[in-house]
Formats: sequence, C-alpha cells, structure tokens
Amino acid sequence: MNKMGAMNAEEYAKYKGVYVFAQQVDNVISGISFELIGEGKRLAEQLGVDVTAVLIGSDVKGLADELAEYGADKVIVVDDPELKNYRTEPYAHALASVINEYKPEIVLVGATAIGRDLGPTVSARVKTGLTADCTLLEIADFPINPIPGQEQKHNQLLMTRPAFGGNTIATIACPDNRPQMATVRPGVMQKLEKKPGAKAEVIEFNPGFTPDNKYVEILEISKAVSDIKDIMDAKILVSGGRGVGSAENFKILEDLAEALGGQVSCSRAVVDSGWMPRDLQVGQTGKTVRPNVYFAIGISGAIQHVAGMEESDIIVAINKDEDAPIFDVADYGVVGDLNKIVPQLTEAIKAQMASK
Amino acid sequence: MKIIVCIKQVPDTKGGVKFNPDGTLDRGAMLTIMNPDDKAGLEAALRIKDATGAEVTVITMGLPKAADVLQEAIAMGADKGVLVTDRVLGGADTWATSTTLAGALRKLDYDLIITGRQAIDGDTAQVGPQIAEHLGLPVISYAQEIKVDGDSVVVKRVYDDGYHMVKAKMPCLITALSELNEPRYMTPGGIFDAVNAEITTFGRADLVDVDDSDLGLKGSPTKIARASDKVRKGAGEKIVAESPEDGVNYIVGKLLDKHVI
Repeated sequence: MNKMGAMNAEEYAKYKGVYVFAQQVDNVISGISFELIGEGKRLAEQLGVDVTAVLIGSDVKGLADELAEYGADKVIVVDDPELKNYRTEPYAHALASVINEYKPEIVLVGATAIGRDLGPTVSARVKTGLTADCTLLEIADFPINPIPGQEQKHNQLLMTRPAFGGNTIATIACPDNRPQMATVRPGVMQKLEKKPGAKAEVIEFNPGFTPDNKYVEILEISKAVSDIKDIMDAKILVSGGRGVGSAENFKILEDLAEALGGQVSCSRAVVDSGWMPRDLQVGQTGKTVRPNVYFAIGISGAIQHVAGMEESDIIVAINKDEDAPIFDVADYGVVGDLNKIVPQLTEAIKAQMASK
Repeated sequence: MKIIVCIKQVPDTKGGVKFNPDGTLDRGAMLTIMNPDDKAGLEAALRIKDATGAEVTVITMGLPKAADVLQEAIAMGADKGVLVTDRVLGGADTWATSTTLAGALRKLDYDLIITGRQAIDGDTAQVGPQIAEHLGLPVISYAQEIKVDGDSVVVKRVYDDGYHMVKAKMPCLITALSELNEPRYMTPGGIFDAVNAEITTFGRADLVDVDDSDLGLKGSPTKIARASDKVRKGAGEKIVAESPEDGVNYIVGKLLDKHVI
C-alpha cells in the first residue's frame, strides 16, 4: 500500500533548502534548468536557504560548473551509466533517493516532456503533493487569510497555475507534507545573469541502480532534424494559422520575420495540416512563448492557442474575420486580407529600416 | 490479453466555450466529452482488440453521470465499463485520484493499462504515472505509437526534441497522446450494446489496499489557496483596413511608437 498520511512535526522540520532538477539531454543542460535555478534562488533567498541543482546523467559531472555560473550554490551529481538516456525508472530512483537523503523543502522540476513524467513518479514515490505546470511561485502564508480554528502556516510555497486551457487559474499549497513539489512551465521564469568562474559545492551521490522490470529498453533514439532555433528564445515571432491557407504561403510570413529579425511560428491547425513542424507550434499542446512582439496572422485565437502566447509584450493580429477571438487579446488588430497586407508590411518595414 | 483504459468525462472546450456576462467561464452551459487523450488511448486499445481479440475494459472515476462516458466507450467497441463513484472520493487531487484508481485496478485483471497523457480540464498529466507508481508498474508516458510484441509492448515515446522507441514487458502502463490516432465513431450495433451493457459500479469498499487517509479531499496533499477564473487581458485597439495600405501604415506606426523598428 502506498500510503501517505500526514507527516509528523519532527520529520517535517528536517526538510530544508530549495532543490531544482537540472535537466540535461545528451550532456547539454536544458534551458529550463537555468530558469529553475534563477527562480529557486529567488525563493531560497526569501527562506534564507541555499539553492541546490540535482544533476542526473552519465558522465555529467563536468556540467556542474555551468550550473554554478547560473546561480546554483550546491550541485548534487548522480552519475551512473544506467542514466545515459532519460528513462523514467532510473531517473525517478535517482531523484527520489536524493530527496529522501537530503530532505529539501521545495523541489522544482521543468514541465517538459521529461519533467512531466519524472515529477509525478517521484512525488508518488516520496509521498508528497505535486502541482503541475506552474507559472508563478511565491513564499507566503497558508491559508492566505487566517481562518479561525486552523493553523496558519508561514513560509509556504504557493504555486499558481493555469487550468482549463488557461481560462482559470488556481493557487495551490502543500502545507502538511514535504517536500513541496512543482513542475514549472518552461519560458516563464527568469534565469540569472551568467557569472563566469562562479563555483558551487559539488556533492557526488549514487544510490545504486539495479535494473528490474521497470527499466524499459530503449530500442532506437531519433532526434528531430531541425536547424531551426527554438521559438521560445525568439524576441519577435511571426505566427500563422489556418488562415494562411497553405504551406507555400508561409513564405510571406518568413519574409516578414526575416525583415524584423524574428522567427516563424504557428498554431496547432497548421501542424495538424502538415504545413509546419510541431516544434514551431504555440499553444497549450505546443510551446508557451513570450516574445516582445507576437504577430498572429490568420489565427482565429482558440483558447488553447491564446494560453501559449498571451504573455507576449505586444500582440499584433491580422485577420479577415472581424469577430475572431484573437482580437480580444491583441493590442493592435487589423481586419483585412493577410495576403495583401503581409507582403506590403514587409516592404514597408524594410524601407523603414533602410532609412535609419 | 486484457487491457484497461482509464477515461475521464471533461467539459468540452473546443468551439463550445461559454462565458458569463462578467467574463468568467460558464461551466454549466458547456457540453461534456470524453477527454481527447483518453479517447486516443481507447482507440489504441480497440485496435489491439481488432488485431488480437484482447478484452478492453474502460474505467472512470467521477459522479454517477460519468457513466455516460463509459457507455460511449462501449458503443465504440469496449467490452466492459467500471464506474468508481463514492461521496468520500470527492475533492481528490492527483495523489488521491491515483490512489483511488490504483485501488480499483487492483481488483481487476490486466496486462496493459492505458491512460490519456492529460485531461483538458486539469492539464496535469500526473495521474497516469502516479497510478503506475502505486501499482509498481513500468510507465511509458507520451505514447504516439503502441505495438504489442509477444509479452511486451513497443512504444514510440515522444520528447521535446524527437522520440525514443522503447520496449517494456507487460504488465505496464502507457499514457497516450491524442496525436496517436484518429478515434473511431460509435457504431449502431455498438450503441445497442452500450444500452444493454452492464456497467459495474465500485464504491469505497471495492478499493483494494487503500487507506482512508489517502482518499478524497482529506487525502489530497495539495490544497487550493486561491482560485479564480482568469481575468483575460483586455482587447486593445482594432481597425478595419479599408485598403492594405491602411493596415500597413497602422502597424508600421505602432511598431515605430514602440521602438520595435
């Protein structure tokens, strides 16, 4: 029986410090890891504790310095040949063992295709709650306002997340169990400025790995062949929807993106039609982006799409349908024919740039 | 071979989102559907059934009206339905939901459990892997292809930058992506079967090896501190472009104002 029960006060008090899972793939640290260290550090300072990165993989010790340069005070390295490629079981065993050994009060994991598998497995194993896909973390009291007859606990992690395709938001606490665990949406938290030469205390830890039925066998590994830069890093995105009409017609969006030094992205309908690859998809089942400028061109603005782009600083929408919901979130909307407006806009922007 | 598919009845957000006058979500006015990732998982199970004659059982946890989604699954071709419903199970977070479903699954026979990757109302993607953990099963999340190979499954497991083909021995649990397949429609014969199909109801007493302290609101380690329907970013300006030049001049003007160009 996997029983949790409330944690006793003595055990509860042993849990200290903020830990983040430092995701790496092929011995390259994922961007989310630096974002988690940045956010973890901010929380740790409020609590007066350290932020520790947990680095799991094979031959990964050399990556610890990079985590230090982005703000990790300590790095716990779990290095084992079984951990060469991500598999749920050896990774869950590694992270759960670190938690049971070092007892952190907060554990943050990226809400990536890895973290959203690892997080739930580990939280169930260490018997605590997990809040998914958080976009805001705070240290505050729980309950937020005192309730007669209920203890108000201080220094709790309050985890805010959108649900229902971004239509509702909920703030969640995990007041009675430790650690408090959250997966955090990539692209939302801020990484710290890199401090070249910064060092962290490096601790090596290996709980031992004995393959059993849970160790799945990897038969083949295929990487998406793409020389495209990640749309989450773009400052300007020119995003197209079904209204663009065809894969060929994305050329006019690419020209506009090039003139602005931006990149092209798209809605789910475009990926489903096979016009653009999935790694360019913005939205609930794609990526969350927050560029300086987001052009929504021929995108109707389904809530699942809006959930992935509404944090953009400036949203410009071009759509022939005056009632398209995208205009409800756009800062600047133009009702008109994208096939005529977009090419002329590209030329006008080029002319502006040239005149400076 | 016995396959159990975990499915959830969710409000339909596609095309049918209704708002109250104050801009909040009007849940009562929205239709319910079978969660899309779960439906893809069910379709994958039915394809295995078509090929091998496997028995497919669907299970859901919810209010009594969630039996509707089991009947829909049977009309698509599932053999049996199990509804897990009890007053004490209300208010469950993902921990308490997964302990409940694990308790129900212990009472059933299975070689393979399929869940959807995530439900469109909660978007957590946690319940599948947590059930696997409680049952001590291997889990393969984010499946885009599922093949049975003797006593094993071979699954295309999708990542942000590509995929792995992985093999696991059954029993195991797979979480399905809606991209896995195009689910079939209900058939007239299936609808007839569904009306007559027996749906087994499990209550608290049917859950095997689950402590009361792990069920419902009381058994949920995560607590809601604050909840609100999101205040949407207000609409900005909008012009109707009488000519393409109108639209271009408007946008260029705004980009200059904001020092984008």
